[in-house]
Amino acid sequence: MERLRERFEPLGAFVLWSKEVFVSIVAHRLNVRDLLYQMYFIGVKSQSVVFITGAFTGMVLAAQTYFQFHRVRMDHATLAVVSISMCAELGPVLAGLMVAGRVGAALAAELGTMRVTEQIDALRTLAAHPIDYLVVPRFLATVITMPLLTAASIAIGIAAGYGMCRIYLGTFASYAYDNMVKYTGAEDFLTGLIKALFYGGMIGIISCYKGMTCREGAEGVGRATTEAVVYSSITILISNFFLTLVLNKLLQPA
Amino acid sequence: MIEARDLHKSFGAHQVLAGVTLRIQKGESVVVIGRSGGGKSILLKHLIGLLQPDTGDVIIDGESIARMSERQLLRVRRKFGMLFQSAALFDSMTVAENVGFVLRREARSHPEEIRRKVAEALDMVELSGIQEKKPAELSGGMRKRVGLARAIVYRPEIVLYDEPTTGLDPIVADSIDQLIVNVRERLQVTTVAVTHDMRSARRIGQRILMLHEGRIHFEGTPEEVFSTKDPIVNRFVAGVADTRNHNF
Ligand SMILES: Nc1ncnc2c1ncn2[C@@H]1O[C@H](COP(=O)(O)OP(=O)(O)O)[C@@H](O)[C@H]1O
Ligand SMILES: [Mg+2]
Repeated sequence: MERLRERFEPLGAFVLWSKEVFVSIVAHRLNVRDLLYQMYFIGVKSQSVVFITGAFTGMVLAAQTYFQFHRVRMDHATLAVVSISMCAELGPVLAGLMVAGRVGAALAAELGTMRVTEQIDALRTLAAHPIDYLVVPRFLATVITMPLLTAASIAIGIAAGYGMCRIYLGTFASYAYDNMVKYTGAEDFLTGLIKALFYGGMIGIISCYKGMTCREGAEGVGRATTEAVVYSSITILISNFFLTLVLNKLLQPA
Repeated sequence: MIEARDLHKSFGAHQVLAGVTLRIQKGESVVVIGRSGGGKSILLKHLIGLLQPDTGDVIIDGESIARMSERQLLRVRRKFGMLFQSAALFDSMTVAENVGFVLRREARSHPEEIRRKVAEALDMVELSGIQEKKPAELSGGMRKRVGLARAIVYRPEIVLYDEPTTGLDPIVADSIDQLIVNVRERLQVTTVAVTHDMRSARRIGQRILMLHEGRIHFEGTPEEVFSTKDPIVNRFVAGVADTRNHNF
């Protein structure tokens, strides 16, 4: 029992802290300028990696699907597979993992450094609540930016996949395109966006928590940064499975 | 008035404060001395509510703050200014943004008025015209001055100093001591400083407390500290290591 408590105490602390973040979002005035600045920063930092990931994933997916489908003469279904996979699974998950690496690490390192150099204590003596002032704008910025980045990544992935189809199928690519439009529903895209929103929230809250509770010294900052990335990524991969099941039940027409 | 009652604080098995009791009157200037790692910073952070004691209480102007929530504390902390050991300037902001931080957040003053108050505070710490510099461009002594300007610009009643002269050369250290005395005289603030620098303690303090093994071991005027027969105080003042006892 004691062992069990020891294991779950850190999780409890995290949950209580998250609750404070939500209270702050609801009950305290948000500094819109800070939010826009953070969104700009997060967007700029991650757009190139997210776009490259989207493009190459779309292309390799198209190529591999074509190789397999060509044998069973289903070439015309290639793009539909690409688009549904990109929208519902690969777009949000890969964008999430890339953003966890770029933004999650940066958030944890920034807040962690502020903590070990006493800047967070200084903030508190200057009558500013660190959650209102530092965490909320960063958290909301990741939540808002992730779906935008994901949507762009999906679009680029599909476009790149279409490019591959042109190469393999030539003029028949337009059949594949028609099939894609026919079989990809709004619910697939919506699934991706809801996932992205959720992953953005997870990356934001985990990384900010790791930064704000960072241990002393350079070692503490390094560790907080690594843990922010690892925990965000694991959370994305595990929750993706459950989100797929739940969203499928909620969104797909029976 | 600041009052600490029987403060205890441990980190894991390591007990840092073991029953600290002290009382500081309005307008007084008190220095807490003690060895490095002896818990001086920890004690100071309890007085302003940055840390909560395991047991015991801190009372500021009759109000118990030991069990207040962070949001309630924000109001109490408006009475305090604090200068951190490392100055703890916000490194993403310019000097002017650092010093004007509280004024800008309270949004009660016009930007022009904030600029004037920031310039005035920088004047008081004898650093004019560096408003647009970033903290990384400043020397250690300048950072401490900017930190002090940031702590006094909103006219607190109490100013806390954590090792104001540590890590500075003797000349700069002396000018910081002078500044602390000036600030006290001009703004009529209660001053609480912690330091292991005896020279500095003698200059700033009207009363000196010695923190030893988690308790206030000795208290008196600077003259009393220098003339006492107490062996622990004597060794600290003279800077002699106790060769039988290497647990520092
Ligand atoms: N967050 C913390 N966790 C664990 N131990 C701490 C923490 N902060 C301080 N300590 C320990 O408390 C003791 C007193 O620290 P401090 O108040 O900084 O000493 P000083 O008198 O030099 O200011 C030190 O031994 C330090 O290792
Ligand atoms: Mg200290």
